[in-house]
This record gives sequence, structure tokens and C-alpha cells, in this order.
Amino acid sequence: MFENFDFEIIVTSIPFLIEGMGLTLLLTVLAIVGGLALGTVLALCRLAPYRWLSLFAGSYVNFFRSMPLILVIFWFYFLVPFIVGRPVGGFYSVLVAFIMFEAAYYCEIMRAGIQSVRQGQVHAGQALGLTYRQNMRYIVLPQAFRAMIPILLTQAIILFQDTSLVYVVGLRDFLVAADIVANRDNRLMEMFLTVALVYFVMCLAGQLGIRKIQKKFATG
Amino acid sequence: MNYNWDWSVLFCFVEDPVSSCTQPFFYWIVSGFGWTISVAAAAWVIAFSLGSVIGVLRTVENPYLRGFATVYVTIFRNIPLLVQMFLWFFVFPELLPDEAGKWVKRGMPLPEFWTAVVCLGTYTASRVGEQVRAGIEAITQGQRYAAMAMGLRPVQVYRYILLPVSYRIIIPPLTSDFLGVFKNSSLALTIGVLELTAQTRQIEEYTFQGFEAFTAATLLYIVVTAIVMAVMRVVEGRVVIPGMISLGAK
Repeated sequence: MFENFDFEIIVTSIPFLIEGMGLTLLLTVLAIVGGLALGTVLALCRLAPYRWLSLFAGSYVNFFRSMPLILVIFWFYFLVPFIVGRPVGGFYSVLVAFIMFEAAYYCEIMRAGIQSVRQGQVHAGQALGLTYRQNMRYIVLPQAFRAMIPILLTQAIILFQDTSLVYVVGLRDFLVAADIVANRDNRLMEMFLTVALVYFVMCLAGQLGIRKIQKKFATG
Repeated sequence: MNYNWDWSVLFCFVEDPVSSCTQPFFYWIVSGFGWTISVAAAAWVIAFSLGSVIGVLRTVENPYLRGFATVYVTIFRNIPLLVQMFLWFFVFPELLPDEAGKWVKRGMPLPEFWTAVVCLGTYTASRVGEQVRAGIEAITQGQRYAAMAMGLRPVQVYRYILLPVSYRIIIPPLTSDFLGVFKNSSLALTIGVLELTAQTRQIEEYTFQGFEAFTAATLLYIVVTAIVMAVMRVVEGRVVIPGMISLGAK
């Protein structure tokens, strides 16, 4: 079963795979940054005292949470060039899809984080004469972020895994790079096992790191 | 944005060379929806039963069983689902003895469908396992001791005391896991199962009217999600244990 296992193909394709991993990481980081920004805005909207604003944010979250990510990727893959009016390339379309999709999940994490800040803190801020914005900026959000760091990082690992779905539009990320080599040289077993192992080690390392951070925050 | 919306493609029942109906696209969507439901339902059966076993094993005293369950959860949660799909489809048959591998690849009926079901089932089982474990751990130790004091064997403690209580408090996260498997069933398209998302993609390729097809699929996903959530809310209300707060969905 492993007698034909070809390690050489793995070694020779390392530079190609690293290039793919570069795209995976770039997409992950940009989607996290964009998703966090949009997600924070959505969370603030959801908790805002205006009914229509919170209704909009709530619908947004429910809408994206009931859709499969692949369908979202397809939507934006065709939608973004239409809205922009010219071809923008797969990467930007997919990036928009990930940001919009992740924002829904980040919004829920943020909302839980913001709501976990005790009401007394908000009232104290108000008593000090802070405006709503100042209260959020200096009192609530810093504490909320601290409380949600482990969950945000866990979501980042999920996002890192989810970026492999760009396969459906053929963007050359880590998995697609391996897939190209696998099909070119008919070495599916070697390449896919390598991909699985690399993803596993990276995600596990991330998970252990999060646990460490969690402990630090729990004792600190 | 100058897109020519043409909703009639969604209502093509028979081929009509004059209009844009080049194929019976309506039935494509219906059949895709059917496959999505079938994959999700079959995978959920595996996920729920296997996940319950994994969850129980994570709470038993035997270190080997507990270690096995922990390793299972760690592996299945740290490899992207799509990679798992490829491993099951392309690599798994190669690892089997010759005859068995051939049967998995070509011999068995609907190889793509069952591969997707097993992949989604085993993956979701790792999530269900974590919920079941959390449910069991949320039960006060006193219940376990009381059961043991009454002379129940370990299997009976789980069967009659811990699991029934656990299931009742983990309904919200289980619902979200079920919806997860329902949405993740779209990954089956990568190995050639023509489920809902795959069919809409195919309609896009045939007609260049992709947005109509995507809209139809989006609505179907949203409607099913809404129905499942409404039903489960009723179920949750029926089985709620007074005085116990159910665990929040992740």
C-alpha cells in the first residue's frame, strides 16, 4: 500500500506548494482584517438603540449564516465583476466573499463579547460624561476584545481551513497547488496526505497557542 | 449593472428551443435539492450516532478509550473538510486491499454520494462528540454518583441518567451542527455529487443566467434553515429541564 509512495515528488514540489500557502495565508489575513472591521460595525449596529439598524444587522447575520460558503463564493465570484463593471480577477472577488461571510460570524462573536461587559462599566462611563462613542471606544470595546480573543482566534483557524474552498473557483491556494501537482504526475495519495498533514500541524499549533493564551488570560 | 434578469430559466419544465429553456432546469434544482437533503440526512445519522459514542468515550475513566476519542476529535477538527473529502475519495480506496479498494471506487452503488456521506458524517461526529461531552460534563457529578450508588452499571449510568439529560440540554448546539452538515453538504460538489449548489453552477454554465439560479438556491437554503430552527425551538421548549439552562450554540 505504501510501497509506491514517492517522497521525491513532495520534495520537488515544495517551492510550488509554498507559493500556494502564501496565497492561503494572504487570503486568511486579509479576510480576518476585513471581516473583523465589518463585523465590529455590524455588532455595533446590532446593539445600537435604533431599531432599523439592529434589524438590518440581524438580518445580515442570519442571511449569511444560513448560506453555505461555497454558494457565497459563487455569488461574489460573478457579482463583484458585475458591480465593478470590469473583470477584477478571482482573488478580489473571493476576498470580498470571505469578508462578507466572515463578518456575519465575527459580528456574533463581538456581540457576545460586548454583552459580556458588565452593565456597571457602561453606566460608570456614562456617569463620567462619556459620549456613546467614547464609552464604546475606551470602556466597552477594549474589555470586550480581551474577553473574546480566544474565540476570535478559534474563528481565525476555522477561516484558515475554509480558505481551501477557493478550490471551487480554481484560485491557486495551497490545496489547489497540491491538486495541480497531484493530477499532473498522478500522485494523488502523496500530495493529499501532505496537504492534510501540513494543515493539521498548522491548525494544531494554532489551537495549542490559543489554549496557552486562554490560560494566561484566565490567571491574569 | 446591466444584467438581463430572466427568471423564466428557473421554470423550464420541458426543453423549448425557441425560448431560453434549453434544458428542464426546474427539475435540475428539484433534484439538486433532493440530493442536498439526502446527503445531509444520511450524514447526520452517522454524525449523531458516532458523535454520541465519541462524546461518551471522552468522559469515561479508561485512559485508552478517552485518548482514542481525543485523537479522533483532534484529527477531524484540524484538517479542512475539503481536504478530508479528497482523502476519502482519492486516497482512502488506495489504502484498502486491492479488491476492497476497487469496490469502493467503482463497485458500490453511488460511490460519490456515499463517500460524501461518510466524510461529512465522520467530520460532523467530531463536533457532535464535543457537544455531547459538554452536555455530560454540565451534569452535576452527584447524578452520576447517585446512579452508581443505586447499583447501575457504567453503561446503564450513561444510558439512563447521563445521556438523556445531556441530549436535552445540548439541543441548541446540536441544531447548529445539523445546519452545519446541511450547508457543508455543498462540498460534495467537489467530488461530483450534483446537489443544489452544483446544479445552480451548472445552470449558470448552460444559460449564463447564474444569478437567478443562485437566488433560487439561496432561498431554499434559507427556508430550510428557518424551518429547522423553528421546529427545534419548539422541541427545545418541550424537552427543557426546569432549572437547567441549555448550552448556547457555538
